Amino acid sequence: MSTIKPYLRLSGLEPLTIRPETNFVNVGERTNVTGSKKFARLIRENKYEEALSVARQQVENGAQVLDVNMDDALLDGVQAMTTFLNLLQSEPDIAKIPVMIDSSKFEIIEAGLKCVQGKCIVNSISMKEGEKKFIEQAIICQSYGAAIIVMAFDETGQADTKERKIEICHRAYKILTEQVGYDPQDIIFDPNIFALATGMEEHNNYGVDFIEATREIKRLMPLTKVSGGVSNLSFSFRGNDHVREAMHAVFLFHAIKAGMDMGIVNAGQLVVYDEIEPQLRELCEDVILNRNNDINEATDKLIVFAETVKAKGKETVKDESWRNATVEERLKHSLVNGITDYIDADTEEARLKYPKPLEVIEGPLMDGMNVVGDLFGAGKMFLPQVVKSARVMKKSVAWLTPFIEEEKKNNPDIDEAAAPKVLLATVKGDVHDIGKNIVGVVLACNGYNIVDLGVMVPVDKILDTAEKEKADIIGLSGLITPSLDEMVHVAHEMKRRNMQQPLLIGGATTSRIHTAVKIAPQYENGVVHILDASRSVTAVSTLVGKEKNTLLEKTKVDYEKLRQQFLNKNKKELVPYAQAIASKEKIDWDNYQPVKPNVMGTKVLQEYDLSEIARYIDWGPFFIAWEMHGKFPQILTDKLLGAEATRLYNDAQQMIEKIIAEKWFTAEAVIGFWQAKSNNADSIFLQTDKGEVRLESLRQQLKKAAGQPNFSLADFVVPEGQGAYVDYMGAFAVTIKGAKDKINEFAKALDDYNKILVQVLADRFVEAFAECLHEKVRKEYWGYEKNESLSNEQLIGEEYKGIRPAPGYPACPDHTEKWKLFDLLNATEEIGIVLTESLAMDPPASICGWYFAHPQSHYFGLGKIDRDQLEDYAKRKGMSIDDAERWLRPVLE
Amino acid sequence: MANIRAALENRILIIDGAMGTMIQRYKLTEEDYRGERFKSWPCDVKGNNDLLCITKPEIIIEIHKQYLDAGADIIETNTFSSTSIAMADYQMQSLAYELNVAAATCAVKARDLYYAENPDSKINNPKFVAGSIGPLNKTLSLSPDVNNPSFRAVTFDEVVAAYYEQIKGLSDGGADVLLIETIFDTLNAKAAIFAIKKYFRDHPDKTELPIMISGTITDASGRTLSGQTLEAFYNSVIHARPISIGLNCALGAKEMRPHIEELSQIAACYVSAYPNAGLPNAMGEYDEQPEDTAHYLEDWAKEGWVNIVGGCCGTTPDHIKHIAEEVKNINPRKPPVIDKELTTI
Repeated sequence: MSTIKPYLRLSGLEPLTIRPETNFVNVGERTNVTGSKKFARLIRENKYEEALSVARQQVENGAQVLDVNMDDALLDGVQAMTTFLNLLQSEPDIAKIPVMIDSSKFEIIEAGLKCVQGKCIVNSISMKEGEKKFIEQAIICQSYGAAIIVMAFDETGQADTKERKIEICHRAYKILTEQVGYDPQDIIFDPNIFALATGMEEHNNYGVDFIEATREIKRLMPLTKVSGGVSNLSFSFRGNDHVREAMHAVFLFHAIKAGMDMGIVNAGQLVVYDEIEPQLRELCEDVILNRNNDINEATDKLIVFAETVKAKGKETVKDESWRNATVEERLKHSLVNGITDYIDADTEEARLKYPKPLEVIEGPLMDGMNVVGDLFGAGKMFLPQVVKSARVMKKSVAWLTPFIEEEKKNNPDIDEAAAPKVLLATVKGDVHDIGKNIVGVVLACNGYNIVDLGVMVPVDKILDTAEKEKADIIGLSGLITPSLDEMVHVAHEMKRRNMQQPLLIGGATTSRIHTAVKIAPQYENGVVHILDASRSVTAVSTLVGKEKNTLLEKTKVDYEKLRQQFLNKNKKELVPYAQAIASKEKIDWDNYQPVKPNVMGTKVLQEYDLSEIARYIDWGPFFIAWEMHGKFPQILTDKLLGAEATRLYNDAQQMIEKIIAEKWFTAEAVIGFWQAKSNNADSIFLQTDKGEVRLESLRQQLKKAAGQPNFSLADFVVPEGQGAYVDYMGAFAVTIKGAKDKINEFAKALDDYNKILVQVLADRFVEAFAECLHEKVRKEYWGYEKNESLSNEQLIGEEYKGIRPAPGYPACPDHTEKWKLFDLLNATEEIGIVLTESLAMDPPASICGWYFAHPQSHYFGLGKIDRDQLEDYAKRKGMSIDDAERWLRPVLE
Repeated sequence: MANIRAALENRILIIDGAMGTMIQRYKLTEEDYRGERFKSWPCDVKGNNDLLCITKPEIIIEIHKQYLDAGADIIETNTFSSTSIAMADYQMQSLAYELNVAAATCAVKARDLYYAENPDSKINNPKFVAGSIGPLNKTLSLSPDVNNPSFRAVTFDEVVAAYYEQIKGLSDGGADVLLIETIFDTLNAKAAIFAIKKYFRDHPDKTELPIMISGTITDASGRTLSGQTLEAFYNSVIHARPISIGLNCALGAKEMRPHIEELSQIAACYVSAYPNAGLPNAMGEYDEQPEDTAHYLEDWAKEGWVNIVGGCCGTTPDHIKHIAEEVKNINPRKPPVIDKELTTI
């Protein structure tokens, strides 16, 4: 069943949903008569049409919400707000984004609310005039369906310290949610950004107060948002935009990390944190974070610096030293900083330097865009800046295009008319398209004709365009998780429309497995997941060539395997449960002599030798965890992945050495063996010193070909009638402890790479431990296969006799049998594995399972079961049908 | 009063079809519309269908009854234009309140007749009267003067006042639920929501009636006439906390399909859909056959997208009968789980 998340959902003509992964929402500030002299003049002179251009400019520069303020003593605010907003509604380019109605007079706010059809933000109301008025105003805002900014202001004044900010916001929150019934996600707090570096020492902590209050507000009231008017911060440096912009960037960098969601900014004037000259950045950092600032030391330093900038005049403010670097560096600088001034000249210089114009795109331009992508991903660049970078990129490509065309003319191999057409779109609901743009550029550079529909593209538009343009391939992109569903939907619709072209899936959130399980089954004519931009070229060239069907067939087979593996999806007919039992597997009991385990009852193995375990590691899944697909060890010499895979493998080996030498991990296990019999159906009885324990298994119920049995684990234990308790069965639980500490340690050091590495290795270790222990069991503790001698490859290939199925996995999908297993082994007390309420094991690197020894025992997937078995099973387990249904949902039709 | 929420949990509810199409069948004359009371009204009133609730209530009751017999669970009052603003066309602004009371009374009477014939229905299969709140003939987001895009023919406050009066009439007349429908300008709908909230705040003695919201996508672009995408529209009206949100009118079922699918995915409440009987033909008539409309709606029901289905322009009791028949054994859409907390992805 789908879920609706409690996100702030605004709208203009188009929706704007603010999700946890939304980095930062830019609220355009220039349509404000108190902040923009130009805008104020235009409104005062009744030049509303021209004033609209100010709004349009904000939108073009990346503003996602438009702040409109008409608070001017010389204006009739109600009339100005009404006229401007009414006019705005007639401009779809501007009206597409939500409006923030900004006024200190509530009658102006209400006048604004009466003009806008979308869901607005009111900026702002507060408890300045007491609770009664506050509640009245909140109710009115609620009746208009607006989100509200609540200023940290109460009867005694505006909050300046961290404590006061938190206290007021929390009080307002309680009133709004408990008395007025406001949705918490529609509440936005403005904890007041005040001017810094004013020379007054008591102001020096204002930045820290805001940032720390933000952190606490978001912790106390996680659904609410935090906003602020950023320009206030640098008020002391009016007239010195260079310093002001640097202060804003540094402040936002820290405030966003603390949880600030949106800010009123000049969308055209944001600088990149990483690109601020280090000296100035350091000074801003000290002032904002109030470091090294005893007796205004940091403040004075910044003021001195600011004066030098001022004294040198405007020319020197611009640091032009980057112009002396190589052309590649200059292109990168222009891309990252969104500078178009020199782009034509630099592009031309690069074109002359490189053998082909295409190589300029593939080389320096792509390198620069990659840096942009990284900075954006790291939260060091904001949307408007990325928009600017893309603009620079486009300009550069535009310069190169005639040369590329010219080359095509001279090169008959690349025939424009015959160039295959690839349609690209970021699906509806998603605005991320850096990856898609990179794919578009890479493909275009390889001679494909690209139709890029942009972002937030509804399915009908994608498919209509694909049909109209006769696209050869459709490529979908998305970065956030809800995009996955939308992609499923597109595939579904392609099938409904009986379309023919292959569908490519890409983007950070997509995966091969999701594509295989959810998307591919929706559409038969080819769905292929593309891991990254570099893979897109090979895939597309194959899909428009002779090998198309081969690739699609191969992909289909691969995906089918994945599906089987991960879903056990099977839509075949089911047989009645009684019939399934009757067709149980015929095991040769007559020629089977059960072996009595050398260990009876339980045995605990503490601090197992890590170096022994390490020899059993299966490296295949290790690389899959890193999204590197390929066979081990071939992957190490793979053309594409080899270098990176080898680096990763070496890092892993080095870490394993440390894990062993410094005992990062502790490996512990408990195993047990008991006398056992089955009942010719699906129950197994164990004779323990605490009495008889009854285990329940599930039986395949799919209709099979004649003579093919319906499997159940119970079939692998000697049934009653062959003599009571002549057979045996075992169980195990293994765990790797100590990973958590290391993960935390790396997380603290902001070392994600090693954090993930140690996490993945803990998983590999516990799997290896299970494998290692199983061998020991076969040869020694149970001892039914004393002379076994298999290589690690053969072990991974499961060539041994007997099996170790785990509750919750395909052969026995009911997790609740773990309770019995844990009781039998006393696993929680002995080795400290804890079962969560959903029966996950903690530590996460833990495995438990059953041992069966019969040579004919084998792994299988249960598939789907029918109602009759569910009811019988619930009865056997003494569970209610509802409970059983809940635990077995994945295997129910 | 039976609880519409309880009914929605269990089954797909059927909303009735067109009123105008049915009234046309009676071939009424100017005199019929006027009746005794408006014999000497200064302007023509033929075509003022809402007026028939006062001058020919037996016809309106009969039509409601036909829809109930066809299987409708929700019948809409004949009040699409019963506001002081829309009634100005017939100089009948002052009748707005009375029209709404009369219309709700007609619907309640029809239901009483139905219950008398089907006594079990009252408990097992209760029927609901939805007070229809139409879009008005004047819009708040669009200027009627191309040379002056900031001009508006009506103000928000005037619209709120008109709707407030209509809501009072519908509530006094006995409507069970208020249906803001055929919304092509979201700001008009927001004024209606504002009026409903205000009315029940002003009358704390009255039980607040549940709200149903139904927007109109006017063309293939997937937007409302006032330019919003479906999701933007949804975000703009969901503060009403309606029991259902949906689409009606303008499009036939075939064209409405992708929009209903989208809505079913984003809506936190129940979903309704009552399309026209296809698109009008060259003569401006709707000729989609009852079984065709019903098959489209059956498809949506099977997909699990809808909780309330029915018809709009051009549909008849026969359409409703076929629709009711096709969806009766299909489970209603299960509304999504509403998360109260943020979970990291």
